[in-house]
Amino acid sequence: MSLGPQIVVAVAGLMAIIWVNWYFLFSSAEPALAAASSGKTQRFTIEVNNSYSPATLRVQAGRPVRLDFHRVDRSSCTEEVVLPDFGIRAYLPTQQTTPIEFTPTTPGSYEFACGMGMVRGKIIVEDAGDTKQ
Amino acid sequence: MTETCSIPVSGMTCAACSARIQRTLEKTPGVVGAGVSLMTNTATVDFDPAATSPERLVDAIRGTGYGAELPTPGLSAEELFQTQDVERAEEVADLRRKFWVSAGLAVLAMALSMPMAQVSPDAVHWILLGLTLPVVFWSGRHFYTRAWVAFRHRSADMNTLIAIGTGAAFLFSVFVTVADRWLVARGVTPQVYYDAVVWIVTLVLLGNLLEARAKGRTSSAVRRLIGLRPDTARVRRDGQESDIPTSQVVVGDEILIRPGERIPVDGMVLEGTSTVDESMLTGEPMPVAKAPGAIVVGATLNRNGALSIRATRVGRDTVLSHIIRLVRQAQGSKAPIQRLADRISAVFVPVVISIAIATFVVWFDVGPEPNYLHALISAVTVLIIACPCAMGLAVPTAVMVATGRGAERGVLIKGGEALERAGSVQTVVLDKTGTITAGRPSVTAVELVPVPGDATDGSSSTGAVTRDDLLQLAASLERRSEHPLAEAVVEAAHGRGLALDEPEAVVADPGKGVTGRVKGRDVALGNRGLMQDRGVDVAALDALARAVADDGATPVFVAVDGRAAGLLAIADPVKPSSREAVGRLHALGLEVVMLTGDDRRTADSVARAVGVDRVVAEVLPDRKLDEVKRIQAERKVVAMVGDGLNDAPALAQADVGIAIGTGTDVAMETGTVTLIRGDLLGVPQAIELSRRAMRVIKQNLFWAFVYNVIGIPIAAGALYPAFGILLTPAMAAAAMAVSSISVVSNSLRLRTA
Repeated sequence: MSLGPQIVVAVAGLMAIIWVNWYFLFSSAEPALAAASSGKTQRFTIEVNNSYSPATLRVQAGRPVRLDFHRVDRSSCTEEVVLPDFGIRAYLPTQQTTPIEFTPTTPGSYEFACGMGMVRGKIIVEDAGDTKQ
Repeated sequence: MTETCSIPVSGMTCAACSARIQRTLEKTPGVVGAGVSLMTNTATVDFDPAATSPERLVDAIRGTGYGAELPTPGLSAEELFQTQDVERAEEVADLRRKFWVSAGLAVLAMALSMPMAQVSPDAVHWILLGLTLPVVFWSGRHFYTRAWVAFRHRSADMNTLIAIGTGAAFLFSVFVTVADRWLVARGVTPQVYYDAVVWIVTLVLLGNLLEARAKGRTSSAVRRLIGLRPDTARVRRDGQESDIPTSQVVVGDEILIRPGERIPVDGMVLEGTSTVDESMLTGEPMPVAKAPGAIVVGATLNRNGALSIRATRVGRDTVLSHIIRLVRQAQGSKAPIQRLADRISAVFVPVVISIAIATFVVWFDVGPEPNYLHALISAVTVLIIACPCAMGLAVPTAVMVATGRGAERGVLIKGGEALERAGSVQTVVLDKTGTITAGRPSVTAVELVPVPGDATDGSSSTGAVTRDDLLQLAASLERRSEHPLAEAVVEAAHGRGLALDEPEAVVADPGKGVTGRVKGRDVALGNRGLMQDRGVDVAALDALARAVADDGATPVFVAVDGRAAGLLAIADPVKPSSREAVGRLHALGLEVVMLTGDDRRTADSVARAVGVDRVVAEVLPDRKLDEVKRIQAERKVVAMVGDGLNDAPALAQADVGIAIGTGTDVAMETGTVTLIRGDLLGVPQAIELSRRAMRVIKQNLFWAFVYNVIGIPIAAGALYPAFGILLTPAMAAAAMAVSSISVVSNSLRLRTA
């Protein structure tokens, strides 16, 4: 028996492993910026459909942030959103938009996630000087 | 002046749709700027509120043929929970339908998969395909759609694993069914895995169903608290009584509460006496007597008398609202112990997919014949057995249940971190005044000058002075004074039903006492210094005074008409439950330290009464913080228990600050733990609950971790070379369902903590 198929499968498998890890772990979408027209408050609309879209937000420290979570799925997984660093746990009724407001003061990376921590998003808080509006 | 609003838009499919809506909005009068996002299905519009309104903007969008609705205004916590209940019930009903359909099909598929002589395998395969189609495209459809949505956002979750696992088995089986002849012609036995697909979907649905029901119970405590508030209140306005919704009660309203009704808002009793059951908020089982002037708290239960109260706090300001808000915040926090689980679950799914691919390659390359079947099935089993949910649920469910359970017993734990630290406390430092003791001095004894032969009761050598006379004279003298000790004397006289007289020529001698005339008699009330100044010989009272001081009370001498008549023992009494609380802390293996500004003799007597291990006496209020630091320097994890106001710095310094409430106070924000009830029994409760919660969390994490670490290699076939053991995909699905349910069930055990 020739080793041909074995080598093909091994190489294809290795490439698939590399691609899976790159795709899910290392290729990340560009963080979203708040709409420029929103004035003092940095506003985002986040669609919740078994995931957060956009999932990465970039905001400025010291200015209020308002996240409008618009949930469209019906899975109980995403029915709550938790922002642990800001002490927020909010229930998101489906087919509705739930606003969440807070003001980040310290630059850094803060996570938000569903009640079980399976669906995640990230808020990158930058020094007011770093981000051009 | 412009305003901004976000309008969810539905029906958009491409960039042309969003561009069209945007153009329409920009042309609408009053609109300053508009942006429409196809990705989030939202139109964000800046508009001039004088020229247009969100309703008109919605109409404008609808005019373009797309759907739009205004964001609903904020719902109350209660309404949100009701919505959540409805949604959960719908989800459970939906899952149950899907489960039963696929369970029925699974049994059929299993029966058909048995080797049968009469029917050709070819025909059976087509029948099995027919049974599997509804399971994949209806019962299990959401696994695939959710996995796809997640994939597009470069994330992967449990749905991804199930979708790939069942998808691979299904597509392979379809290929075998269709290419049956072709395979037979090449000498390959056609083998299908429809029953595995159906069983996996069925068992995962069952797991989801049980999990959804169990998860609903993790927030039952908060729900119960929210349900405590009555919907209506009977209000008297301008002499007219009417029932109005509780949300419309305003501060200053007069509210009537009949026996057996719940008090709708916080208030002060105007008329009537009753007892009120406050157990639902404070955990205190004994009803509390209420008379005019007493504070009552919304949601508590009026028992036997009609009350009329003046509303003092309504809506968001009530004690109940504060409690609910704090519990919700606590449930939104993250325990530090969760970080490990988070780090693992962030990379979990891609890693499991990688392991599944590697499993396929190894079986294909070095496995026994038929190698491709072993490779496929082992890879599918790996994907199915992996359970990221158990890992994700391990900590949050336990924090939810424990904080909710605490709130039901009047113990507010401020979140996961507080729970974790309270669980590791070694030393409990108790402030004395107001914590161990009531914080309000009272007269604990009235003693007369002893007479030889008549030392017990009745009259004395001063002639016709009884204990009541002595107290009456002292209280009459003090009735206009605001000194805390004076209040204690007056209260004691009231307690015995004594009528007080108006004193004359009252002279206060600060730091010593007070003198004056009552009913024509010269009365002096004060310490030894005052008696010496007045030339009163108190030698006959020396022994009594020493005994009183040894008991931790302050002796106050009383002289009538220039002669020693007796003394009052005034003490800050130890709360009845303090001794039991200290005993329970000891039973938990904790060291108990008492901190006080009192002199050593008083401190020692209180310490003896409650049984603390160590006493730090004569500490100035601003030095309490240093004492906490000193104990922390002994490498102890310290919990400081104090009233939350005077002790705030020491509470903040301690690893765990436990603020002890007065039942009605809304000073709940200080402290990592707040006891609503005024007694110390909440301290052992809080620590015990935290310890149990931490134990459950550790069990959950251990189980979730070990399950995956052992289950995945077995599924991959690690035991095959040595023992010939291989799992089937259906067994993997059952194990996965059991794993996540067991974590939630374990957390629910805390409901009885």
